[in-house]
Amino acid sequence: MGPIGILPVSRTPEPVAYGVEMSDVGHETEPLHRALGLTDDELASVIEVLGREPNPLELSLYAVMWSEHCSYKSSRVHLRRLPTEGPGVLVGPGENAGVIDAGDGIAVAIRIESHNHPSAIEPHQGAATGVGGILRDIFTMGARPLAVMDPLFFGPLTDGRQRWLFEGVVGGISSYGNSVGVPTIGGELTFDECYAGNPLVNVLCLGALPVERLVLSAASGPGNLAVLLGSATGRDGIGGVSVLASAGFSGEGAEPDDAKRPSVQVGDPFEEKRLIEACLALLDARLVVGIQDLGGAGLACATSETAGKGGVGMDVDVSAVPRREEGMEPWEVMTSESQERMLAIVTPQDWPEVEAVCRRWEVRATVIGHVTEPVSSDGVAVGRLRLRDGFDGPILADVPAASLADDAPLYHRPLAPPDDREARAAEDPVGVGPIDVEGDLLALLGDPSWVYRQYDHQLFLNTVVGPGGDAALLRLAGPGLPPSRRGVAVTTDSAPRWCALDPRLGTALVVAESVLNLACVGARASAVVNCLNFGNPEHPEVMWQLSEAIDGMAEACVAFGLPVIGGNVSLYNESAGTDIDPSPVIGALGLVDELAARPPGAGWTEGSSVVLLGERAANGRFPLGGSRWALERRARRGGTLVSLDPEAHRRLVELVRALVAEAVAGGQTPLTGVHDCSGGGLGVALAEMAVHAGTGAELGGIGGFDELFCELPSRALVATTDPDGLLGRAADAGVPAGVLGTAGGTRLVIEGLVDLEVVEVTGAWRQALPDALEGV
Amino acid sequence: MAARVGVVVFPGTNCEHDVVAALGRLGADAHLLWHGDEELGPLDAVVLPGGFAHGDYLRPGAIARFSPVMGAVARFAADGGPVVGICNGFQVLTEAGLLPGALQKNEHLRFLCAPATVEVVSQRSVLTAGVEVGTQLSIPINHFDGNYVCDEETLERLRAEDRIVLRYVGNPNGSLDDIAGIANEAGNVVGLMPHPERASDPLLGSADGAVLLRALLERARAAL
Repeated sequence: MGPIGILPVSRTPEPVAYGVEMSDVGHETEPLHRALGLTDDELASVIEVLGREPNPLELSLYAVMWSEHCSYKSSRVHLRRLPTEGPGVLVGPGENAGVIDAGDGIAVAIRIESHNHPSAIEPHQGAATGVGGILRDIFTMGARPLAVMDPLFFGPLTDGRQRWLFEGVVGGISSYGNSVGVPTIGGELTFDECYAGNPLVNVLCLGALPVERLVLSAASGPGNLAVLLGSATGRDGIGGVSVLASAGFSGEGAEPDDAKRPSVQVGDPFEEKRLIEACLALLDARLVVGIQDLGGAGLACATSETAGKGGVGMDVDVSAVPRREEGMEPWEVMTSESQERMLAIVTPQDWPEVEAVCRRWEVRATVIGHVTEPVSSDGVAVGRLRLRDGFDGPILADVPAASLADDAPLYHRPLAPPDDREARAAEDPVGVGPIDVEGDLLALLGDPSWVYRQYDHQLFLNTVVGPGGDAALLRLAGPGLPPSRRGVAVTTDSAPRWCALDPRLGTALVVAESVLNLACVGARASAVVNCLNFGNPEHPEVMWQLSEAIDGMAEACVAFGLPVIGGNVSLYNESAGTDIDPSPVIGALGLVDELAARPPGAGWTEGSSVVLLGERAANGRFPLGGSRWALERRARRGGTLVSLDPEAHRRLVELVRALVAEAVAGGQTPLTGVHDCSGGGLGVALAEMAVHAGTGAELGGIGGFDELFCELPSRALVATTDPDGLLGRAADAGVPAGVLGTAGGTRLVIEGLVDLEVVEVTGAWRQALPDALEGV
Repeated sequence: MAARVGVVVFPGTNCEHDVVAALGRLGADAHLLWHGDEELGPLDAVVLPGGFAHGDYLRPGAIARFSPVMGAVARFAADGGPVVGICNGFQVLTEAGLLPGALQKNEHLRFLCAPATVEVVSQRSVLTAGVEVGTQLSIPINHFDGNYVCDEETLERLRAEDRIVLRYVGNPNGSLDDIAGIANEAGNVVGLMPHPERASDPLLGSADGAVLLRALLERARAAL
């Protein structure tokens, strides 16, 4: 589209007036750039980009855009090692969300993010705005958000502050997610001392769209209008990415950094709901050229990214931005992280219709600028982001739009394994032997329903398997989508206790677990996203953990043929100088070709044979390093992990997937239950199957407590009415298989180890979380 | 001829597509109505679906009752047209005065999304006509404000006039007299907290809700 130019395009070469007073930010004792979080070297880079000293407003733009949170300056060199391409990938990393072609004319968009630091400061709003932010990333792509998942990490609930954080986070997700009308279909709960000062709140969102509606966030067409949709801009969230997300907590745990609370945004799910409907209506009617959400770094990010990606410039009239408060300075307007806002690029001809759609949904729409032609500079066309006071008013800031994203610093930070690595590996927890096997087993059980019953997990009538299963399984359907008989499965997985021992193998094992979880509901894994939660990148051992984890993820993804289509890096997760354990979270997406019946579920039926698929032992041993038993029951953090055999794992996954896929396609199946065998080992998996079934079992052949609790990879439990048939299928597939016993009766009996009434097991499972929250 | 059902959308409503889909599965001609409309057009039944009309701000249903469409819904109801409010729709009907009582916060002060067992206790409504009294149905609930309350006199009338149509088996939210759904005097206006549309397909775990929706469509067709 050619220039339309209903607005005058000024060519003023240099900023003529600043109108900026940064008295709120500048510290008298240190230079402004340092107060804003930029190093001296980074300031020098800004001067090089501009060819002059930046004014304070320009400096504030670079400070937020070059923050760790926005620029990935410490992790980018490592992230490049991840495989990102695959046959179904429509959009890979770098956009607002990854998108795959799911078939039947439907594309699926997925993204995962962290909202760790805001949630540590103000758990309810921190978690709520985390949900709001990720939804915008999804509908920015043209997709309707259809499901959310929340992996959560806290310190032990024996501490009152952790209970406050936990209930606040769950309440925030519940109140925002339910009201905005997107079901929360699963997640994960992890409790460990290392999160006491810095909890982790990750959120994954999945959406779907007709393939042809896919939109990207680039601006184009000089003369087109930049339209701000949604909430007015306030002072909330200023410095969210730089003050809050890109620095650790110094406090001693009890009340970390209350002074940072104003950097936490406040969410309004009703505004977001109307914004979703208005944006999807605009996209349906093809009324936008490009669209971008306002998240971290607010308008500074949205305007510079849309212009930068489109290779154009943008003039923004800062005075046109609707405000919640009087007296806001331009730098505050540009860096505010007020929630529920979008930036749309529309043609002048379409503007009246855009206004009408927004009026119907009661969404504020304001023209705040327009797209400009790139300006030739030394023979290169450069799009300039110019901030003005009035549409044709004085220029307050003038920077190359793409430089805010593309010229961000790139650090090769020093990395080194932790000093205690070998000592820790040598400290095998097996020596701290059994005292009370049944007591340990009961203590490792926990029903997460206290959490997910507070989340609407059923909206859109898609939830075939909801929270509490190995993976969530949804019908691939939603308003405005073409009809399909397919299903889509999602899981989030992590195991910081493994990654603390060996971040590379630990992360690979987490990817393997995700793939197996998808298979347990009949889905074939098609892509992964990741949220890399780590400590302070200025600590060499943290950078080593990050680098190793990325390599482990890359190796596993290559082995399983999985593209990584998006991710988020959250660094500076530390408190009082102590880093969290490396906590990479994997979100995996899978597809089911034919979803006509419910999968068997993680239980069994009276009379079924219980079969263990996969290797029984690792070279005849049952190592307990990194197991939940060692960590939670014996407080032992040492030992080594059992390595992953990708070929054996693939064979197991394909067998389980094929068996379950036959069931969900509606065929006759002898399967009565399927459960992945992971955290807590065989013991926890068997106990959970008994609880889900409400039926006991008589099982044997498990040699000792170490075999019961060790977390060998690549194993699944299957209950079947046709054990011979299953053993035959397993033999054909090259998967070791053995019958452990038969389901039935009211007791869970594991010969020589466990003999408990199922009601007692169920009681322990059900009461664990409520009792912890009551301080019992 | 298929029954024509209008499903009202307020800003913040979120179950409208689900209700349209569930009714469509049962053969109805269901379509969306906008809250700003002052006329309903030719219809055989109206459903106010679940969600958070106007964000539930002030109080669930407190703002929605002023939407232009509610005048038309009240006239439709006064003429004997079947009107069903599900969850937030029930809250809107009580705020609009089309049903007595109110829905307050759940007893345990938490949102609750879970399967509930409800028992049909009266056939005197468009939603339960023809459904055997004593029938137990597994239908999900999904609300923060589902704890039904009314004054003693109203409760006596509801009982005496057989207008309590659904009761919980195992009260999940503290509702007075285990009330899950009630009807107006004529039985053509019904409010219930459980979501029958969420239990309309065995793939989703239960098809018990279809029993109620089918009864509604039978009734709507009978009036054609």
